[in-house]
Amino acid sequence: MSTLPTPTNGQPDEQPRDAAFWSAHVTGLKVSNVPSGALNLNVEGKLVNGPLQGFGKMWQKTYRVTLHGASVSAKEVIKTWKEHFPEFWPARNRFYGPLTGIAPGEVALLNLTLTGGIKLSTGVLVLYADEESFTLMTPQGHIFAGWITFSAFEEEGNIVAQAQVLMRANDPIYEIGFRLGMYKEEDKFWQHTLKSLAASMGVDEPVHMQAICVDPHVQWVHVKNVWHNAAMRTTIYTMSTPLRWIRGRGRKRI
Amino acid sequence: MPQANVVMHTRRVTPTTSIIDIQGDISAFAEQELMRAYNEANTSTMRTIILNFSGLEYMNSSGIGLIVTLLIRINRQKQRMLAFGLSEHYQHIFELTRLNDAIKIYDSESAALAAA
Repeated sequence: MSTLPTPTNGQPDEQPRDAAFWSAHVTGLKVSNVPSGALNLNVEGKLVNGPLQGFGKMWQKTYRVTLHGASVSAKEVIKTWKEHFPEFWPARNRFYGPLTGIAPGEVALLNLTLTGGIKLSTGVLVLYADEESFTLMTPQGHIFAGWITFSAFEEEGNIVAQAQVLMRANDPIYEIGFRLGMYKEEDKFWQHTLKSLAASMGVDEPVHMQAICVDPHVQWVHVKNVWHNAAMRTTIYTMSTPLRWIRGRGRKRI
Repeated sequence: MPQANVVMHTRRVTPTTSIIDIQGDISAFAEQELMRAYNEANTSTMRTIILNFSGLEYMNSSGIGLIVTLLIRINRQKQRMLAFGLSEHYQHIFELTRLNDAIKIYDSESAALAAA
Protein backbone atom coordinates (compact mmCIF):
# COMPACT_ATOMS: atom_id res chain seq x y z
CA MET A 1 0.00 0.00 0.00
CA SER A 2 1.45 3.40 -0.97
CA THR A 3 2.17 5.99 1.70
CA LEU A 4 0.51 9.31 1.10
CA PRO A 5 2.69 12.43 1.39
CA THR A 6 2.53 14.02 4.82
CA PRO A 7 0.16 16.98 4.55
CA THR A 8 2.21 20.14 5.02
CA ASN A 9 -0.42 22.74 4.29
CA GLY A 10 -3.23 21.73 6.59
CA GLN A 11 -2.17 23.45 9.80
CA PRO A 12 -4.45 26.44 10.38
CA ASP A 13 -1.71 28.66 11.79
CA GLU A 14 0.95 27.73 9.25
CA GLN A 15 0.41 29.67 6.08
CA PRO A 16 2.14 28.55 2.87
CA ARG A 17 4.97 30.72 1.51
CA ASP A 18 2.68 32.13 -1.17
CA ALA A 19 -0.11 33.22 1.18
CA ALA A 20 0.75 36.94 1.13
CA PHE A 21 1.03 37.09 -2.66
CA TRP A 22 -2.55 36.17 -3.56
CA SER A 23 -5.59 38.42 -3.61
CA ALA A 24 -8.19 37.87 -0.94
CA HIS A 25 -11.40 36.26 -2.11
CA VAL A 26 -13.60 38.60 -4.11
CA THR A 27 -17.30 38.16 -4.86
CA GLY A 28 -17.51 41.30 -6.97
CA LEU A 29 -14.90 43.90 -7.85
CA LYS A 30 -14.85 47.14 -5.87
CA VAL A 31 -13.14 50.31 -6.97
CA SER A 32 -12.02 52.19 -3.88
CA ASN A 33 -10.57 55.38 -5.34
CA VAL A 34 -11.26 56.54 -8.88
CA PRO A 35 -8.21 58.36 -10.22
CA SER A 36 -8.76 61.72 -11.82
CA GLY A 37 -9.60 61.40 -15.51
CA ALA A 38 -10.53 57.74 -15.31
CA LEU A 39 -13.88 56.44 -16.49
CA ASN A 40 -15.12 53.94 -13.92
CA LEU A 41 -17.43 51.74 -15.95
CA ASN A 42 -18.09 48.00 -16.18
CA VAL A 43 -16.06 47.18 -13.08
CA GLU A 44 -18.08 47.69 -9.91
CA GLY A 45 -19.70 44.46 -8.81
CA LYS A 46 -18.37 42.42 -11.74
CA LEU A 47 -17.11 38.90 -11.08
CA VAL A 48 -13.68 37.89 -12.30
CA ASN A 49 -13.63 35.50 -15.25
CA GLY A 50 -10.84 33.00 -15.60
CA PRO A 51 -10.00 31.17 -18.83
CA LEU A 52 -12.53 28.50 -17.92
CA GLN A 53 -15.38 31.03 -17.89
CA GLY A 54 -14.76 32.49 -21.36
CA PHE A 55 -16.51 31.72 -24.63
CA GLY A 56 -13.85 31.54 -27.37
CA LYS A 57 -10.90 29.28 -28.14
CA MET A 58 -8.34 29.12 -25.34
CA TRP A 59 -4.93 30.58 -26.14
CA GLN A 60 -1.67 30.75 -24.30
CA LYS A 61 0.41 33.57 -25.73
CA THR A 62 3.90 34.33 -24.53
CA TYR A 63 5.74 37.55 -25.33
CA ARG A 64 9.33 37.86 -24.21
CA VAL A 65 12.28 40.18 -24.58
CA THR A 66 15.83 39.41 -23.53
CA LEU A 67 17.45 42.34 -21.76
CA HIS A 68 20.93 41.91 -23.26
CA GLY A 69 23.44 44.21 -21.64
CA ALA A 70 21.14 45.53 -18.93
CA SER A 71 22.67 45.39 -15.46
CA VAL A 72 19.45 44.57 -13.67
CA SER A 73 18.16 41.67 -11.67
CA ALA A 74 14.80 39.98 -12.24
CA LYS A 75 13.47 41.62 -9.07
CA GLU A 76 14.57 45.06 -10.27
CA VAL A 77 12.80 44.50 -13.59
CA ILE A 78 9.54 43.63 -11.85
CA LYS A 79 9.90 46.55 -9.44
CA THR A 80 10.31 48.91 -12.38
CA TRP A 81 7.47 47.27 -14.28
CA LYS A 82 5.08 47.61 -11.34
CA GLU A 83 6.05 51.21 -10.62
CA HIS A 84 5.83 52.39 -14.23
CA PHE A 85 3.28 49.94 -15.64
CA PRO A 86 0.94 52.52 -17.24
CA GLU A 87 3.83 54.36 -18.89
CA PHE A 88 4.77 51.35 -20.98
CA TRP A 89 1.32 51.08 -22.54
CA PRO A 90 0.56 52.18 -26.11
CA ALA A 91 -0.94 55.63 -26.63
CA ARG A 92 -4.73 56.00 -26.25
CA ASN A 93 -4.83 53.14 -23.78
CA ARG A 94 -4.86 54.07 -20.13
CA PHE A 95 -4.20 51.93 -17.06
CA TYR A 96 -5.34 53.68 -13.89
CA GLY A 97 -3.57 51.75 -11.20
CA PRO A 98 -4.49 51.74 -7.53
CA LEU A 99 -2.91 54.45 -5.39
CA THR A 100 -1.22 51.79 -3.30
CA GLY A 101 0.46 50.35 -6.38
CA ILE A 102 0.17 46.93 -7.96
CA ALA A 103 -0.52 44.72 -4.97
CA PRO A 104 -2.67 41.60 -4.45
CA GLY A 105 -6.38 42.35 -4.35
CA GLU A 106 -6.15 45.82 -5.84
CA VAL A 107 -8.41 46.80 -8.74
CA ALA A 108 -7.25 48.95 -11.63
CA LEU A 109 -9.35 50.71 -14.23
CA LEU A 110 -8.66 50.39 -17.95
CA ASN A 111 -9.79 52.91 -20.56
CA LEU A 112 -8.91 51.37 -23.93
CA THR A 113 -9.22 52.33 -27.57
CA LEU A 114 -9.86 49.37 -29.84
CA THR A 115 -9.63 49.00 -33.61
CA GLY A 116 -11.77 51.57 -35.34
CA GLY A 117 -11.62 53.93 -32.39
CA ILE A 118 -14.10 51.94 -30.29
CA LYS A 119 -13.76 52.87 -26.63
CA LEU A 120 -13.84 50.24 -23.92
CA SER A 121 -13.83 50.86 -20.20
CA THR A 122 -13.20 47.94 -17.91
CA GLY A 123 -10.74 46.94 -15.20
CA VAL A 124 -8.55 44.19 -13.81
CA LEU A 125 -7.90 42.56 -10.47
CA VAL A 126 -4.35 42.08 -9.23
CA LEU A 127 -4.68 38.35 -8.68
CA TYR A 128 -1.10 37.69 -7.61
CA ALA A 129 2.03 39.74 -7.01
CA ASP A 130 5.43 38.81 -5.64
CA GLU A 131 8.94 40.14 -6.23
CA GLU A 132 9.42 38.32 -9.53
CA SER A 133 5.99 38.34 -11.13
CA PHE A 134 2.50 39.77 -10.99
CA THR A 135 -0.76 38.63 -12.54
CA LEU A 136 -3.84 40.56 -13.59
CA MET A 137 -7.20 38.79 -13.90
CA THR A 138 -10.05 40.10 -16.00
CA PRO A 139 -13.69 40.75 -15.07
CA GLN A 140 -16.91 40.00 -16.87
CA GLY A 141 -17.15 42.18 -19.98
CA HIS A 142 -13.43 42.49 -20.61
CA ILE A 143 -12.21 41.50 -24.09
CA PHE A 144 -10.83 38.28 -22.74
CA ALA A 145 -11.58 35.96 -19.85
CA GLY A 146 -8.36 34.93 -18.15
CA TRP A 147 -5.21 36.34 -16.76
CA ILE A 148 -1.86 37.74 -17.83
CA THR A 149 1.32 37.15 -15.88
CA PHE A 150 4.24 39.55 -16.09
CA SER A 151 7.50 38.01 -14.94
CA ALA A 152 11.25 38.31 -15.14
CA PHE A 153 13.81 35.55 -14.78
CA GLU A 154 17.36 34.64 -15.63
CA GLU A 155 18.01 32.50 -18.69
CA GLU A 156 21.48 31.64 -20.02
CA GLY A 157 23.05 34.52 -18.18
CA ASN A 158 20.54 37.16 -19.33
CA ILE A 159 17.43 38.57 -17.75
CA VAL A 160 14.23 37.91 -19.71
CA ALA A 161 11.06 39.95 -19.27
CA GLN A 162 7.92 38.06 -20.20
CA ALA A 163 4.19 38.59 -20.49
CA GLN A 164 2.12 35.43 -20.73
CA VAL A 165 -1.61 35.44 -21.39
CA LEU A 166 -3.93 32.50 -20.77
CA MET A 167 -7.32 33.42 -22.06
CA ARG A 168 -10.47 32.92 -24.09
CA ALA A 169 -12.42 35.71 -25.77
CA ASN A 170 -15.10 36.54 -23.23
CA ASP A 171 -18.06 36.38 -25.60
CA PRO A 172 -18.96 35.69 -29.27
CA ILE A 173 -18.58 39.32 -30.31
CA TYR A 174 -15.00 39.47 -29.05
CA GLU A 175 -14.27 36.03 -30.53
CA ILE A 176 -15.43 37.21 -33.95
CA GLY A 177 -13.29 40.31 -33.47
CA PHE A 178 -10.26 38.16 -32.66
CA ARG A 179 -10.80 35.99 -35.73
CA LEU A 180 -11.18 39.06 -37.92
CA GLY A 181 -7.78 40.32 -36.84
CA MET A 182 -8.13 41.84 -33.38
CA TYR A 183 -5.57 39.31 -32.17
CA LYS A 184 -2.95 41.23 -34.15
CA GLU A 185 -3.80 44.35 -32.15
CA GLU A 186 -3.35 42.41 -28.95
CA ASP A 187 0.03 41.14 -30.14
CA LYS A 188 1.10 44.69 -31.05
CA PHE A 189 -0.08 45.90 -27.61
CA TRP A 190 2.11 43.58 -25.60
CA GLN A 191 5.05 43.86 -28.00
CA HIS A 192 4.89 47.63 -27.53
CA THR A 193 4.73 47.21 -23.76
CA LEU A 194 7.76 44.93 -23.61
CA LYS A 195 9.74 47.12 -26.02
CA SER A 196 8.97 50.13 -23.82
CA LEU A 197 10.03 48.28 -20.69
CA ALA A 198 13.26 47.20 -22.37
CA ALA A 199 13.90 50.73 -23.67
CA SER A 200 13.58 52.09 -20.12
CA MET A 201 16.59 49.93 -19.30
CA GLY A 202 18.56 51.02 -22.34
CA VAL A 203 17.82 47.84 -24.29
CA ASP A 204 16.62 47.66 -27.89
CA GLU A 205 15.85 44.01 -28.63
CA PRO A 206 13.06 42.30 -30.56
CA VAL A 207 10.07 40.87 -28.73
CA HIS A 208 9.44 37.21 -29.50
CA MET A 209 5.94 35.79 -29.46
CA GLN A 210 4.67 32.24 -29.19
CA ALA A 211 0.99 31.35 -29.45
CA ILE A 212 -0.43 27.97 -28.47
CA CYS A 213 -4.06 27.07 -28.99
CA VAL A 214 -4.78 25.20 -25.76
CA ASP A 215 -8.39 24.44 -26.67
CA PRO A 216 -9.75 24.99 -30.19
CA HIS A 217 -13.37 24.63 -29.07
CA VAL A 218 -15.65 27.49 -28.08
CA GLN A 219 -17.82 27.18 -24.97
CA TRP A 220 -21.41 27.84 -25.98
CA VAL A 221 -22.42 27.46 -22.34
CA HIS A 222 -20.87 30.93 -21.80
CA VAL A 223 -22.53 32.66 -24.76
CA LYS A 224 -24.49 34.79 -22.28
CA ASN A 225 -21.26 36.57 -21.33
CA VAL A 226 -22.21 38.93 -24.16
CA TRP A 227 -24.59 40.63 -21.71
CA HIS A 228 -21.57 42.12 -19.95
CA ASN A 229 -19.69 43.13 -23.12
CA ALA A 230 -17.79 46.21 -21.98
CA ALA A 231 -17.24 47.56 -25.50
CA MET A 232 -21.00 47.64 -26.16
CA ARG A 233 -21.76 49.05 -22.73
CA THR A 234 -19.13 51.75 -23.08
CA THR A 235 -20.54 52.70 -26.48
CA ILE A 236 -24.07 52.93 -25.06
CA TYR A 237 -22.77 55.01 -22.15
CA THR A 238 -20.91 57.35 -24.50
CA MET A 239 -23.91 57.74 -26.81
CA SER A 240 -26.14 58.57 -23.84
CA THR A 241 -23.80 61.31 -22.59
CA PRO A 242 -26.00 64.10 -24.08
CA LEU A 243 -29.04 62.67 -22.29
CA ARG A 244 -27.20 62.61 -18.97
CA TRP A 245 -26.09 66.18 -19.56
CA ILE A 246 -29.66 67.32 -20.22
CA ARG A 247 -30.92 65.44 -17.15
CA GLY A 248 -28.19 67.03 -15.06
CA ARG A 249 -29.17 70.50 -16.25
CA GLY A 250 -32.79 69.76 -15.43
CA ARG A 251 -31.92 68.77 -11.88
CA LYS A 252 -29.88 71.96 -11.38
CA ARG A 253 -32.85 74.14 -12.41
CA ILE A 254 -35.09 72.45 -9.87
CA MET B 1 17.11 28.55 -14.50
CA PRO B 2 15.88 27.32 -11.09
CA GLN B 3 15.10 23.62 -10.78
CA ALA B 4 11.54 22.49 -10.20
CA ASN B 5 11.01 21.98 -6.48
CA VAL B 6 8.33 19.36 -6.87
CA VAL B 7 7.94 15.62 -7.00
CA MET B 8 4.83 13.95 -8.37
CA HIS B 9 4.02 10.31 -7.84
CA THR B 10 1.39 8.49 -9.87
CA ARG B 11 -0.76 5.73 -8.38
CA ARG B 12 -3.03 3.64 -10.55
CA VAL B 13 -5.89 2.86 -8.18
CA THR B 14 -8.23 1.17 -10.67
CA PRO B 15 -8.00 0.64 -14.44
CA THR B 16 -10.03 3.81 -14.89
CA THR B 17 -8.72 6.00 -12.03
CA SER B 18 -5.27 7.31 -11.15
CA ILE B 19 -4.07 9.60 -8.39
CA ILE B 20 -1.18 12.04 -8.82
CA ASP B 21 0.36 12.89 -5.44
CA ILE B 22 1.98 16.32 -5.49
CA GLN B 23 4.81 17.12 -3.09
CA GLY B 24 6.39 20.56 -3.24
CA ASP B 25 5.89 23.69 -5.33
CA ILE B 26 3.73 24.25 -8.36
CA SER B 27 5.11 27.07 -10.46
CA ALA B 28 6.05 27.37 -14.14
CA PHE B 29 9.06 25.13 -13.44
CA ALA B 30 6.76 22.23 -12.51
CA GLU B 31 5.43 21.83 -16.04
CA GLN B 32 7.72 18.97 -17.09
CA GLU B 33 7.11 16.99 -13.92
CA LEU B 34 3.34 17.51 -14.13
CA MET B 35 3.22 16.37 -17.75
CA ARG B 36 5.41 13.37 -16.94
CA ALA B 37 3.07 12.35 -14.12
CA TYR B 38 0.01 12.80 -16.31
CA ASN B 39 1.52 10.80 -19.19
CA GLU B 40 2.30 8.02 -16.72
CA ALA B 41 -1.32 8.05 -15.52
CA ASN B 42 -2.88 8.35 -18.95
CA THR B 43 -3.74 4.92 -20.31
CA SER B 44 -6.34 3.89 -22.87
CA THR B 45 -8.77 2.96 -20.06
CA MET B 46 -8.17 6.00 -17.88
CA ARG B 47 -11.28 8.05 -17.15
CA THR B 48 -10.50 10.01 -13.98
CA ILE B 49 -7.33 11.72 -12.81
CA ILE B 50 -7.34 12.77 -9.16
CA LEU B 51 -4.83 15.35 -7.99
CA ASN B 52 -3.73 15.00 -4.36
CA PHE B 53 -2.72 18.44 -3.12
CA SER B 54 -2.05 17.48 0.50
CA GLY B 55 1.72 17.79 -0.10
CA LEU B 56 1.48 21.15 -1.86
CA GLU B 57 3.78 23.70 -0.23
CA TYR B 58 3.64 26.64 -2.64
CA MET B 59 1.73 27.66 -5.74
CA ASN B 60 1.95 30.88 -7.75
CA SER B 61 -0.23 32.13 -10.59
CA SER B 62 1.88 30.34 -13.21
CA GLY B 63 1.21 27.15 -11.29
CA ILE B 64 -2.52 27.70 -11.48
CA GLY B 65 -2.09 28.20 -15.22
CA LEU B 66 -0.48 24.76 -15.43
CA ILE B 67 -3.47 23.20 -13.68
CA VAL B 68 -5.80 24.89 -16.19
CA THR B 69 -3.88 23.65 -19.23
CA LEU B 70 -3.69 20.17 -17.74
CA LEU B 71 -7.45 20.26 -17.14
CA ILE B 72 -8.07 21.15 -20.78
CA ARG B 73 -5.77 18.35 -21.94
CA ILE B 74 -7.58 15.88 -19.69
CA ASN B 75 -11.01 17.00 -20.85
CA ARG B 76 -9.99 16.70 -24.50
CA GLN B 77 -9.20 13.06 -23.75
CA LYS B 78 -12.77 12.73 -22.45
CA GLN B 79 -11.37 12.31 -18.93
CA ARG B 80 -12.25 14.08 -15.69
CA MET B 81 -10.06 15.82 -13.13
CA LEU B 82 -10.91 15.75 -9.45
CA ALA B 83 -8.93 17.07 -6.48
CA PHE B 84 -8.53 16.52 -2.74
CA GLY B 85 -6.13 17.54 0.00
CA LEU B 86 -6.43 21.26 -0.60
CA SER B 87 -5.90 23.37 2.49
CA GLU B 88 -8.25 26.23 3.19
CA HIS B 89 -5.75 28.62 1.58
CA TYR B 90 -5.56 26.63 -1.65
CA GLN B 91 -9.32 26.09 -1.75
CA HIS B 92 -9.56 29.87 -1.61
CA ILE B 93 -7.15 30.09 -4.57
CA PHE B 94 -9.28 27.65 -6.56
CA GLU B 95 -12.38 29.76 -5.78
CA LEU B 96 -10.63 33.03 -6.58
CA THR B 97 -9.43 31.76 -9.97
CA ARG B 98 -12.76 29.94 -10.47
CA LEU B 99 -11.07 26.62 -11.02
CA ASN B 100 -13.62 25.14 -8.65
CA ASP B 101 -16.23 25.68 -11.40
CA ALA B 102 -14.57 22.89 -13.35
CA ILE B 103 -12.64 20.81 -10.81
CA LYS B 104 -14.61 19.20 -8.01
CA ILE B 105 -12.79 19.30 -4.70
CA TYR B 106 -13.20 16.58 -2.08
CA ASP B 107 -12.28 16.41 1.58
CA SER B 108 -10.48 13.11 1.34
CA GLU B 109 -9.02 10.55 -1.01
CA SER B 110 -11.84 8.12 -0.26
CA ALA B 111 -14.47 10.75 -1.10
CA ALA B 112 -12.73 11.55 -4.39
CA LEU B 113 -12.42 7.87 -5.28
CA ALA B 114 -16.09 7.30 -4.49
CA ALA B 115 -16.96 10.05 -6.95
CA ALA B 116 -14.60 8.82 -9.64
